[in-house]
Amino acid sequence: MRSYLELLEQANSNKSKISEIVILREMEATGLDREQLLAKMKLNYSVMQQSVEQGLTSEWRSFSGMVGGDAARLIEYGKSERTLLGHTMNKVAARAIAAAEINAGMGRIVAAPTGGACGVLPAVMITVQEIIGSSEEEIIMAFFTAAGIGMVIAERASVSGAEGGCQAEIGTASAMAAGAAVELAGGTPEQTAHAGAIALKNFLGMVCDPVGGLVEVPCIKRNAMGAIKAMTAAEMALAGIKSAIPLDEVIDTMASIGRQMPCSLRETAQGGLAVTPTGKRIEENIFRG
Amino acid sequence: MKNSRVFDLLGPIMVGPSSSHTAGAVRLGLMAGKILATEIRKARILLHGSFAQTGKGHGTHLALIAGLLGMYPDDERIKIASQLAESYGVIINFENIDLGQVHPNSVKFELTGANGQKSTIIGSSLGGGKVIITEVDGFRVKFTGEYSTLIAVYPDYPGMIAEITTQVASAGVNIAQMKVSREGRGRKALTVIEADEVIKDIVVQHIKGLPKIEKVMYLEQMN
Repeated sequence: MRSYLELLEQANSNKSKISEIVILREMEATGLDREQLLAKMKLNYSVMQQSVEQGLTSEWRSFSGMVGGDAARLIEYGKSERTLLGHTMNKVAARAIAAAEINAGMGRIVAAPTGGACGVLPAVMITVQEIIGSSEEEIIMAFFTAAGIGMVIAERASVSGAEGGCQAEIGTASAMAAGAAVELAGGTPEQTAHAGAIALKNFLGMVCDPVGGLVEVPCIKRNAMGAIKAMTAAEMALAGIKSAIPLDEVIDTMASIGRQMPCSLRETAQGGLAVTPTGKRIEENIFRG
Repeated sequence: MKNSRVFDLLGPIMVGPSSSHTAGAVRLGLMAGKILATEIRKARILLHGSFAQTGKGHGTHLALIAGLLGMYPDDERIKIASQLAESYGVIINFENIDLGQVHPNSVKFELTGANGQKSTIIGSSLGGGKVIITEVDGFRVKFTGEYSTLIAVYPDYPGMIAEITTQVASAGVNIAQMKVSREGRGRKALTVIEADEVIKDIVVQHIKGLPKIEKVMYLEQMN
Protein backbone atom coordinates (compact mmCIF):
# COMPACT_ATOMS: atom_id res chain seq x y z
CA MET A 1 0.00 0.00 0.00
CA ARG A 2 2.29 2.74 -1.27
CA SER A 3 -0.03 5.72 -0.98
CA TYR A 4 -3.36 6.64 0.51
CA LEU A 5 -4.15 8.67 -2.60
CA GLU A 6 -4.06 5.45 -4.59
CA LEU A 7 -6.58 3.89 -2.19
CA LEU A 8 -8.78 6.98 -2.42
CA GLU A 9 -8.78 6.99 -6.21
CA GLN A 10 -9.63 3.30 -6.31
CA ALA A 11 -12.45 3.78 -3.80
CA ASN A 12 -13.84 6.70 -5.78
CA SER A 13 -13.71 4.95 -9.13
CA ASN A 14 -15.34 1.84 -7.62
CA LYS A 15 -17.81 4.03 -5.71
CA SER A 16 -16.95 2.04 -2.60
CA LYS A 17 -15.59 2.61 0.87
CA ILE A 18 -11.87 2.55 1.67
CA SER A 19 -12.40 -0.58 3.77
CA GLU A 20 -13.76 -2.43 0.74
CA ILE A 21 -10.63 -1.65 -1.30
CA VAL A 22 -8.35 -2.69 1.57
CA ILE A 23 -10.12 -6.01 2.06
CA LEU A 24 -10.07 -6.76 -1.70
CA ARG A 25 -6.33 -6.09 -1.84
CA GLU A 26 -5.74 -8.21 1.26
CA MET A 27 -7.67 -11.12 -0.26
CA GLU A 28 -5.52 -10.90 -3.36
CA ALA A 29 -2.24 -10.64 -1.43
CA THR A 30 -2.88 -13.40 1.10
CA GLY A 31 -5.14 -15.81 -0.76
CA LEU A 32 -7.53 -15.75 2.18
CA ASP A 33 -11.22 -15.24 1.47
CA ARG A 34 -13.41 -12.45 2.79
CA GLU A 35 -14.96 -14.58 5.53
CA GLN A 36 -11.56 -15.60 6.89
CA LEU A 37 -10.36 -12.00 7.04
CA LEU A 38 -13.59 -10.81 8.66
CA ALA A 39 -13.44 -13.63 11.22
CA LYS A 40 -9.86 -12.73 12.13
CA MET A 41 -10.79 -9.07 12.52
CA LYS A 42 -13.83 -10.01 14.61
CA LEU A 43 -11.59 -11.97 16.96
CA ASN A 44 -9.28 -8.96 17.25
CA TYR A 45 -12.21 -6.71 18.12
CA SER A 46 -13.52 -9.09 20.76
CA VAL A 47 -10.08 -9.21 22.43
CA MET A 48 -9.97 -5.39 22.29
CA GLN A 49 -13.39 -5.21 23.98
CA GLN A 50 -12.31 -7.68 26.66
CA SER A 51 -9.11 -5.76 27.38
CA VAL A 52 -11.08 -2.51 27.82
CA GLU A 53 -13.68 -4.18 30.03
CA GLN A 54 -10.99 -5.80 32.15
CA GLY A 55 -9.09 -2.54 32.50
CA LEU A 56 -12.15 -0.58 33.60
CA THR A 57 -13.32 -3.05 36.20
CA SER A 58 -10.30 -4.71 37.71
CA GLU A 59 -7.66 -3.67 40.17
CA TRP A 60 -4.90 -4.06 37.63
CA ARG A 61 -1.34 -3.15 38.46
CA SER A 62 1.40 -2.68 35.91
CA PHE A 63 4.36 -4.99 35.94
CA SER A 64 6.59 -2.50 37.74
CA GLY A 65 3.81 -1.39 40.09
CA MET A 66 4.31 2.17 38.81
CA VAL A 67 0.81 2.57 37.37
CA GLY A 68 -2.66 1.06 37.56
CA GLY A 69 -6.26 1.80 38.41
CA ASP A 70 -6.38 5.07 36.45
CA ALA A 71 -8.97 3.86 33.93
CA ALA A 72 -11.39 2.97 36.75
CA ARG A 73 -10.65 6.29 38.45
CA LEU A 74 -11.38 8.25 35.28
CA ILE A 75 -14.61 6.47 34.32
CA GLU A 76 -15.89 6.93 37.86
CA TYR A 77 -15.20 10.67 37.70
CA GLY A 78 -16.95 10.83 34.32
CA LYS A 79 -20.19 9.80 35.99
CA SER A 80 -20.21 13.00 38.03
CA GLU A 81 -21.86 16.22 36.87
CA ARG A 82 -18.46 17.94 36.94
CA THR A 83 -17.01 15.97 34.07
CA LEU A 84 -15.30 18.45 31.77
CA LEU A 85 -15.14 16.12 28.80
CA GLY A 86 -18.73 14.99 29.02
CA HIS A 87 -19.74 11.36 29.48
CA THR A 88 -18.87 10.26 25.96
CA MET A 89 -15.38 11.73 25.65
CA ASN A 90 -14.64 10.70 29.21
CA LYS A 91 -15.34 7.13 28.14
CA VAL A 92 -13.00 7.49 25.15
CA ALA A 93 -10.14 8.53 27.40
CA ALA A 94 -10.89 5.94 30.10
CA ARG A 95 -11.21 3.09 27.62
CA ALA A 96 -7.87 3.96 26.01
CA ILE A 97 -6.18 3.95 29.40
CA ALA A 98 -7.94 0.70 30.32
CA ALA A 99 -6.46 -1.34 27.45
CA ALA A 100 -3.05 0.29 27.88
CA GLU A 101 -3.05 -0.59 31.59
CA ILE A 102 -3.90 -4.20 30.79
CA ASN A 103 -0.95 -4.25 28.39
CA ALA A 104 1.38 -2.88 31.06
CA GLY A 105 0.16 -5.53 33.50
CA MET A 106 0.86 -8.46 31.17
CA GLY A 107 -2.77 -8.95 30.21
CA ARG A 108 -4.04 -9.91 26.77
CA ILE A 109 -4.38 -7.12 24.18
CA VAL A 110 -4.28 -6.58 20.43
CA ALA A 111 -1.20 -4.69 19.20
CA ALA A 112 -2.68 -1.75 17.25
CA PRO A 113 -0.25 -1.06 15.71
CA THR A 114 1.95 -1.82 18.74
CA GLY A 115 1.50 -2.95 22.33
CA GLY A 116 2.36 0.53 23.58
CA ALA A 117 -0.42 2.10 21.50
CA CYS A 118 -2.98 -0.66 22.02
CA GLY A 119 -5.60 1.56 23.73
CA VAL A 120 -6.39 4.06 20.97
CA LEU A 121 -8.26 1.89 18.44
CA PRO A 122 -10.48 0.05 20.94
CA ALA A 123 -11.40 3.27 22.76
CA VAL A 124 -12.44 5.07 19.58
CA MET A 125 -14.15 2.14 17.87
CA ILE A 126 -16.19 1.00 20.87
CA THR A 127 -17.34 4.55 21.60
CA VAL A 128 -18.18 5.42 17.99
CA GLN A 129 -20.13 2.18 17.73
CA GLU A 130 -22.13 3.29 20.79
CA ILE A 131 -22.76 6.79 19.43
CA ILE A 132 -23.71 5.77 15.89
CA GLY A 133 -25.34 2.47 16.76
CA SER A 134 -23.22 0.73 14.12
CA SER A 135 -23.73 -2.96 13.46
CA GLU A 136 -21.04 -5.53 14.22
CA GLU A 137 -20.43 -5.93 10.44
CA GLU A 138 -19.92 -2.20 9.94
CA ILE A 139 -17.45 -1.90 12.78
CA ILE A 140 -15.45 -4.93 11.64
CA MET A 141 -15.25 -3.44 8.12
CA ALA A 142 -14.17 -0.04 9.44
CA PHE A 143 -11.09 -1.69 11.00
CA PHE A 144 -9.91 -2.37 7.44
CA THR A 145 -9.93 1.37 6.78
CA ALA A 146 -7.86 1.81 9.95
CA ALA A 147 -5.48 -0.88 8.66
CA GLY A 148 -5.28 0.87 5.26
CA ILE A 149 -4.00 4.06 6.87
CA GLY A 150 -1.62 2.05 9.06
CA MET A 151 -0.25 0.09 6.10
CA VAL A 152 0.56 3.25 4.17
CA ILE A 153 2.35 4.61 7.26
CA ALA A 154 4.25 1.31 7.74
CA GLU A 155 5.44 1.41 4.15
CA ARG A 156 6.25 5.11 3.79
CA ALA A 157 7.46 5.69 7.36
CA SER A 158 7.46 3.34 10.37
CA VAL A 159 5.19 2.22 13.19
CA SER A 160 8.01 1.51 15.61
CA GLY A 161 8.99 3.86 18.43
CA ALA A 162 12.59 2.67 18.15
CA GLU A 163 12.67 3.88 14.55
CA GLY A 164 10.34 6.88 14.50
CA GLY A 165 9.57 7.91 18.07
CA CYS A 166 6.14 8.00 19.70
CA GLN A 167 4.64 9.81 16.70
CA ALA A 168 5.05 6.50 14.85
CA GLU A 169 3.14 4.55 17.51
CA ILE A 170 0.45 6.73 19.13
CA GLY A 171 0.40 9.05 16.10
CA THR A 172 -0.24 6.13 13.77
CA ALA A 173 -2.89 4.65 16.06
CA SER A 174 -4.65 8.01 16.25
CA ALA A 175 -4.63 8.48 12.47
CA MET A 176 -5.91 4.94 11.93
CA ALA A 177 -8.71 5.44 14.47
CA ALA A 178 -9.68 8.85 13.06
CA GLY A 179 -10.10 7.46 9.55
CA ALA A 180 -12.11 4.46 10.72
CA ALA A 181 -14.35 6.67 12.88
CA VAL A 182 -15.14 8.85 9.87
CA GLU A 183 -16.12 5.84 7.79
CA LEU A 184 -18.34 4.51 10.58
CA ALA A 185 -20.03 7.89 10.95
CA GLY A 186 -20.87 7.90 7.23
CA GLY A 187 -18.07 10.15 5.97
CA THR A 188 -16.59 10.00 2.47
CA PRO A 189 -13.26 8.36 1.53
CA GLU A 190 -11.75 11.89 1.23
CA GLN A 191 -12.90 12.67 4.74
CA THR A 192 -11.12 9.58 6.11
CA ALA A 193 -7.90 10.96 4.61
CA HIS A 194 -8.44 14.42 6.09
CA ALA A 195 -9.19 12.93 9.51
CA GLY A 196 -6.06 10.77 9.39
CA ALA A 197 -3.93 13.72 8.31
CA ILE A 198 -5.35 16.07 10.96
CA ALA A 199 -4.75 13.50 13.69
CA LEU A 200 -1.23 12.60 12.59
CA LYS A 201 -0.15 16.23 12.20
CA ASN A 202 -0.78 16.69 15.88
CA PHE A 203 1.75 14.05 16.87
CA LEU A 204 4.62 15.14 14.61
CA GLY A 205 7.83 15.30 16.59
CA MET A 206 6.57 13.33 19.57
CA VAL A 207 9.50 11.41 20.99
CA CYS A 208 9.58 7.95 22.57
CA ASP A 209 11.00 8.44 26.07
CA PRO A 210 9.70 5.69 28.32
CA VAL A 211 10.75 5.85 31.96
CA GLY A 212 12.90 2.82 32.75
CA GLY A 213 12.33 1.66 29.17
CA LEU A 214 8.93 0.34 30.26
CA VAL A 215 5.68 0.69 28.32
CA GLU A 216 4.10 2.59 31.21
CA VAL A 217 5.14 6.23 31.71
CA PRO A 218 4.23 8.25 29.65
CA CYS A 219 2.81 5.65 27.24
CA ILE A 220 -0.43 4.78 29.01
CA LYS A 221 -1.73 8.36 29.26
CA ARG A 222 -0.62 9.11 25.71
CA ASN A 223 -3.13 6.47 24.62
CA ALA A 224 -5.93 8.61 26.06
CA MET A 225 -4.67 11.66 24.20
CA GLY A 226 -4.31 9.67 20.98
CA ALA A 227 -7.93 8.56 21.23
CA ILE A 228 -9.27 12.03 22.05
CA LYS A 229 -7.35 13.58 19.14
CA ALA A 230 -8.69 10.88 16.82
CA MET A 231 -12.27 11.75 17.83
CA THR A 232 -11.62 15.47 17.37
CA ALA A 233 -9.96 14.95 13.99
CA ALA A 234 -12.85 12.74 12.84
CA GLU A 235 -15.42 15.32 13.94
CA MET A 236 -13.54 18.07 12.10
CA ALA A 237 -13.32 16.03 8.89
CA LEU A 238 -17.01 15.07 9.09
CA ALA A 239 -17.88 18.76 9.43
CA GLY A 240 -16.10 19.38 6.13
CA ILE A 241 -12.82 20.72 7.50
CA LYS A 242 -9.90 19.78 5.29
CA SER A 243 -6.25 19.14 6.03
CA ALA A 244 -4.24 21.59 3.95
CA ILE A 245 -1.41 19.04 3.71
CA PRO A 246 -2.55 15.69 2.26
CA LEU A 247 -2.17 12.48 4.33
CA ASP A 248 0.65 10.98 2.24
CA GLU A 249 2.74 14.13 2.66
CA VAL A 250 2.06 14.22 6.40
CA ILE A 251 3.25 10.61 6.59
CA ASP A 252 6.45 11.47 4.66
CA THR A 253 6.98 14.36 7.06
CA MET A 254 6.65 11.99 9.99
CA ALA A 255 9.24 9.68 8.41
CA SER A 256 11.64 12.56 7.85
CA ILE A 257 11.22 13.84 11.43
CA GLY A 258 11.78 10.31 12.71
CA ARG A 259 15.07 10.09 10.82
CA GLN A 260 16.19 13.40 12.33
CA MET A 261 15.36 12.29 15.86
CA PRO A 262 18.43 11.41 17.91
CA CYS A 263 18.73 7.85 19.14
CA SER A 264 18.26 9.04 22.74
CA LEU A 265 14.63 9.91 21.91
CA ARG A 266 13.76 6.66 20.18
CA GLU A 267 12.81 4.09 22.83
CA THR A 268 16.22 3.85 24.44
CA ALA A 269 15.25 5.51 27.74
CA GLN A 270 18.31 7.75 27.28
CA GLY A 271 16.44 11.04 26.89
CA GLY A 272 13.22 12.97 27.42
CA LEU A 273 11.09 12.09 30.45
CA ALA A 274 13.20 9.00 31.07
CA VAL A 275 16.16 11.10 32.22
CA THR A 276 14.30 13.53 34.47
CA PRO A 277 15.40 13.27 38.12
CA THR A 278 12.13 11.49 38.97
CA GLY A 279 12.31 9.26 35.91
CA LYS A 280 15.80 8.13 36.85
CA ARG A 281 14.79 7.54 40.46
CA ILE A 282 11.87 5.35 39.33
CA GLU A 283 14.17 3.39 37.02
CA GLU A 284 16.63 2.79 39.84
CA ASN A 285 13.87 1.52 42.14
CA ILE A 286 12.56 -0.93 39.55
CA PHE A 287 15.85 -2.45 38.50
CA ARG A 288 17.47 -2.51 41.90
CA GLY A 289 14.49 -4.30 43.45
CA MET B 1 8.61 -2.05 6.35
CA LYS B 2 7.71 -3.22 2.86
CA ASN B 3 4.51 -4.95 1.83
CA SER B 4 2.79 -4.68 5.17
CA ARG B 5 -0.41 -6.64 5.70
CA VAL B 6 -3.64 -5.79 7.53
CA PHE B 7 -2.88 -7.97 10.53
CA ASP B 8 0.63 -6.56 10.92
CA LEU B 9 -1.13 -3.32 11.87
CA LEU B 10 -3.96 -4.88 13.87
CA GLY B 11 -2.37 -7.74 15.74
CA PRO B 12 -0.99 -9.93 17.02
CA ILE B 13 -3.24 -10.78 19.93
CA MET B 14 -0.67 -10.95 22.69
CA VAL B 15 0.07 -10.58 26.35
CA GLY B 16 1.78 -7.25 26.97
CA PRO B 17 3.65 -5.13 27.41
CA SER B 18 6.07 -5.36 24.49
CA SER B 19 5.87 -7.17 21.18
CA SER B 20 9.66 -7.52 21.07
CA HIS B 21 10.48 -8.10 24.75
CA THR B 22 7.39 -10.15 25.65
CA ALA B 23 5.62 -11.69 22.63
CA GLY B 24 8.90 -12.29 20.77
CA ALA B 25 10.48 -13.77 23.90
CA VAL B 26 7.60 -16.25 24.29
CA ARG B 27 8.13 -17.34 20.69
CA LEU B 28 11.86 -17.83 21.19
CA GLY B 29 11.18 -19.99 24.26
CA LEU B 30 8.53 -21.94 22.38
CA MET B 31 10.87 -22.64 19.46
CA ALA B 32 13.74 -23.58 21.77
CA GLY B 33 11.47 -26.01 23.63
CA LYS B 34 10.38 -27.62 20.35
CA ILE B 35 14.00 -27.96 19.23
CA LEU B 36 14.77 -29.84 22.46
CA ALA B 37 11.84 -32.04 21.39
CA THR B 38 11.39 -33.70 24.76
CA GLU B 39 10.00 -32.75 28.14
CA ILE B 40 12.19 -30.04 29.58
CA ARG B 41 13.92 -30.56 32.96
CA LYS B 42 16.54 -27.83 33.16
CA ALA B 43 17.19 -24.51 31.41
CA ARG B 44 20.13 -22.16 31.66
CA ILE B 45 19.00 -18.95 29.96
CA LEU B 46 21.67 -16.41 29.00
CA LEU B 47 20.44 -12.90 28.20
CA HIS B 48 22.25 -10.55 25.85
CA GLY B 49 21.98 -6.78 25.28
CA SER B 50 18.61 -5.16 25.79
CA PHE B 51 17.13 -8.47 27.00
CA ALA B 52 19.66 -8.37 29.84
CA GLN B 53 19.23 -4.65 30.55
CA THR B 54 15.49 -4.00 30.33
CA GLY B 55 14.10 -7.53 30.22
CA LYS B 56 13.05 -7.53 33.84
CA GLY B 57 10.55 -4.69 33.49
CA HIS B 58 9.07 -6.18 30.33
CA GLY B 59 8.52 -9.64 31.77
CA THR B 60 11.06 -11.08 29.33
CA HIS B 61 12.17 -13.69 31.90
CA LEU B 62 8.59 -14.88 32.41
CA ALA B 63 7.96 -14.82 28.66
CA LEU B 64 10.99 -17.01 27.92
CA ILE B 65 9.99 -19.52 30.61
CA ALA B 66 6.38 -19.53 29.38
CA GLY B 67 7.56 -20.34 25.86
CA LEU B 68 9.76 -23.18 27.10
CA LEU B 69 6.70 -24.60 28.87
CA GLY B 70 4.83 -24.57 25.55
CA MET B 71 2.73 -21.42 25.95
CA TYR B 72 1.91 -19.10 23.03
CA PRO B 73 2.24 -15.25 23.13
CA ASP B 74 -1.46 -14.75 23.99
CA ASP B 75 -1.49 -17.07 27.02
CA GLU B 76 -2.56 -15.24 30.17
CA ARG B 77 -0.58 -17.67 32.32
CA ILE B 78 2.68 -16.04 31.11
CA LYS B 79 2.47 -13.89 34.23
CA ILE B 80 2.75 -16.94 36.48
CA ALA B 81 5.17 -18.92 34.28
CA SER B 82 7.84 -18.89 36.96
CA GLN B 83 5.56 -20.56 39.54
CA LEU B 84 4.32 -23.02 36.91
CA ALA B 85 7.90 -24.05 36.04
CA GLU B 86 8.60 -24.61 39.71
CA SER B 87 5.46 -26.72 40.15
CA TYR B 88 6.47 -28.85 37.15
CA GLY B 89 9.91 -29.31 38.69
CA VAL B 90 11.72 -27.50 35.89
CA ILE B 91 14.93 -25.83 37.09
CA ILE B 92 15.54 -22.42 35.48
CA ASN B 93 18.60 -20.22 35.85
CA PHE B 94 19.17 -16.80 34.32
CA GLU B 95 22.54 -15.21 33.63
CA ASN B 96 23.76 -12.35 31.48
CA ILE B 97 26.07 -12.96 28.54
CA ASP B 98 27.81 -11.02 25.78
CA LEU B 99 27.11 -12.86 22.53
CA GLY B 100 29.09 -10.35 20.47
CA GLN B 101 27.79 -8.91 17.21
CA VAL B 102 24.17 -10.09 17.40
CA HIS B 103 20.81 -8.31 17.59
CA PRO B 104 20.36 -6.44 20.92
CA ASN B 105 17.39 -8.62 21.88
CA SER B 106 19.11 -11.99 21.93
CA VAL B 107 19.14 -15.04 24.15
CA LYS B 108 21.03 -18.31 24.43
CA PHE B 109 19.27 -21.38 25.83
CA GLU B 110 21.11 -24.37 27.26
CA LEU B 111 18.40 -26.97 27.72
CA THR B 112 18.33 -30.41 29.28
CA GLY B 113 15.45 -32.80 28.63
CA ALA B 114 13.87 -35.57 30.68
CA ASN B 115 16.10 -38.25 29.09
CA GLY B 116 19.27 -36.20 29.61
CA GLN B 117 19.20 -34.97 26.02
CA LYS B 118 20.79 -31.53 25.60
CA SER B 119 20.22 -28.67 23.15
CA THR B 120 21.80 -25.25 22.75
CA ILE B 121 19.84 -22.58 20.91
CA ILE B 122 20.55 -18.91 20.15
CA GLY B 123 17.84 -16.60 18.86
CA SER B 124 16.82 -12.95 18.57
CA SER B 125 13.58 -11.00 18.83
CA LEU B 126 13.45 -8.62 15.88
CA GLY B 127 10.43 -6.47 16.84
CA GLY B 128 6.68 -6.75 16.31
CA GLY B 129 6.80 -10.31 17.69
CA LYS B 130 9.01 -11.55 14.87
CA VAL B 131 11.93 -13.79 15.84
CA ILE B 132 14.86 -15.61 14.30
CA ILE B 133 16.85 -18.64 15.47
CA THR B 134 20.52 -18.20 14.57
CA GLU B 135 22.24 -21.20 16.15
CA VAL B 136 21.26 -24.75 17.03
CA ASP B 137 23.74 -27.08 18.79
CA GLY B 138 26.68 -25.04 17.53
CA PHE B 139 25.48 -24.93 13.91
CA ARG B 140 24.76 -21.52 12.38
CA VAL B 141 21.19 -21.46 11.09
CA LYS B 142 18.53 -18.93 10.12
CA PHE B 143 14.83 -19.63 10.49
CA THR B 144 11.86 -17.69 11.79
CA GLY B 145 9.07 -20.12 12.65
CA GLU B 146 6.85 -18.49 10.02
CA TYR B 147 7.05 -21.73 8.03
CA SER B 148 6.80 -25.36 9.06
CA THR B 149 10.41 -26.08 9.97
CA LEU B 150 12.23 -29.41 9.95
CA ILE B 151 15.77 -29.70 11.31
CA ALA B 152 17.88 -32.81 10.75
CA VAL B 153 21.34 -33.63 12.12
CA TYR B 154 23.39 -36.41 10.50
CA PRO B 155 26.98 -37.33 9.57
CA ASP B 156 27.91 -35.45 6.38
CA TYR B 157 27.88 -37.89 3.45
CA PRO B 158 26.74 -37.77 -0.20
CA GLY B 159 23.06 -38.32 -0.89
CA MET B 160 21.75 -37.62 2.59
CA ILE B 161 20.02 -34.36 1.62
CA ALA B 162 18.38 -36.05 -1.36
CA GLU B 163 16.98 -38.76 0.90
CA ILE B 164 15.49 -36.20 3.28
CA THR B 165 14.00 -33.98 0.57
CA THR B 166 12.57 -37.02 -1.21
CA GLN B 167 10.62 -37.88 1.93
CA VAL B 168 9.33 -34.30 2.19
CA ALA B 169 8.44 -34.05 -1.50
CA SER B 170 6.70 -37.43 -1.59
CA ALA B 171 4.30 -36.09 1.06
CA GLY B 172 3.35 -33.31 -1.36
CA VAL B 173 5.05 -30.65 0.76
CA ASN B 174 6.56 -27.67 -1.02
CA ILE B 175 9.96 -26.55 0.31
CA ALA B 176 10.17 -22.75 0.66
CA GLN B 177 13.77 -22.50 1.89
CA MET B 178 16.55 -24.91 2.74
CA LYS B 179 19.93 -24.39 4.38
CA VAL B 180 22.70 -26.87 5.06
CA SER B 181 25.50 -26.22 7.53
CA ARG B 182 28.25 -28.58 8.55
CA GLU B 183 31.09 -28.80 11.01
CA GLY B 184 33.49 -29.81 8.22
CA ARG B 185 33.74 -32.15 5.26
CA GLY B 186 32.72 -35.68 6.20
CA ARG B 187 31.78 -34.62 9.72
CA LYS B 188 28.39 -33.66 11.12
CA ALA B 189 25.86 -31.65 9.10
CA LEU B 190 22.59 -29.94 9.90
CA THR B 191 19.85 -29.18 7.41
CA VAL B 192 16.96 -26.79 8.00
CA ILE B 193 13.95 -27.11 5.73
CA GLU B 194 11.23 -24.47 5.79
CA ALA B 195 8.01 -25.54 4.10
CA ASP B 196 4.72 -23.92 3.13
CA GLU B 197 2.61 -26.84 4.35
CA VAL B 198 2.43 -28.83 7.56
CA ILE B 199 4.88 -31.73 7.52
CA LYS B 200 2.89 -34.65 8.90
CA ASP B 201 4.23 -36.64 11.85
CA ILE B 202 4.45 -39.79 9.73
CA VAL B 203 6.88 -38.00 7.37
CA VAL B 204 8.94 -36.76 10.31
CA GLN B 205 9.04 -40.34 11.64
CA HIS B 206 10.17 -41.64 8.24
CA ILE B 207 13.03 -39.14 8.18
CA LYS B 208 13.95 -40.14 11.74
CA GLY B 209 14.06 -43.73 10.50
CA LEU B 210 16.54 -43.02 7.68
CA PRO B 211 19.91 -44.73 8.21
CA LYS B 212 22.58 -42.53 9.85
CA ILE B 213 20.13 -39.79 10.90
CA GLU B 214 21.07 -38.66 14.40
CA LYS B 215 18.34 -36.21 15.32
CA VAL B 216 15.22 -34.74 13.74
CA MET B 217 13.30 -31.79 15.14
CA TYR B 218 10.06 -30.36 13.81
CA LEU B 219 8.46 -26.98 14.54
CA GLU B 220 4.96 -26.19 13.44
CA GLN B 221 4.37 -22.91 11.69
CA MET B 222 3.59 -20.07 14.11
CA ASN B 223 1.16 -17.30 13.15
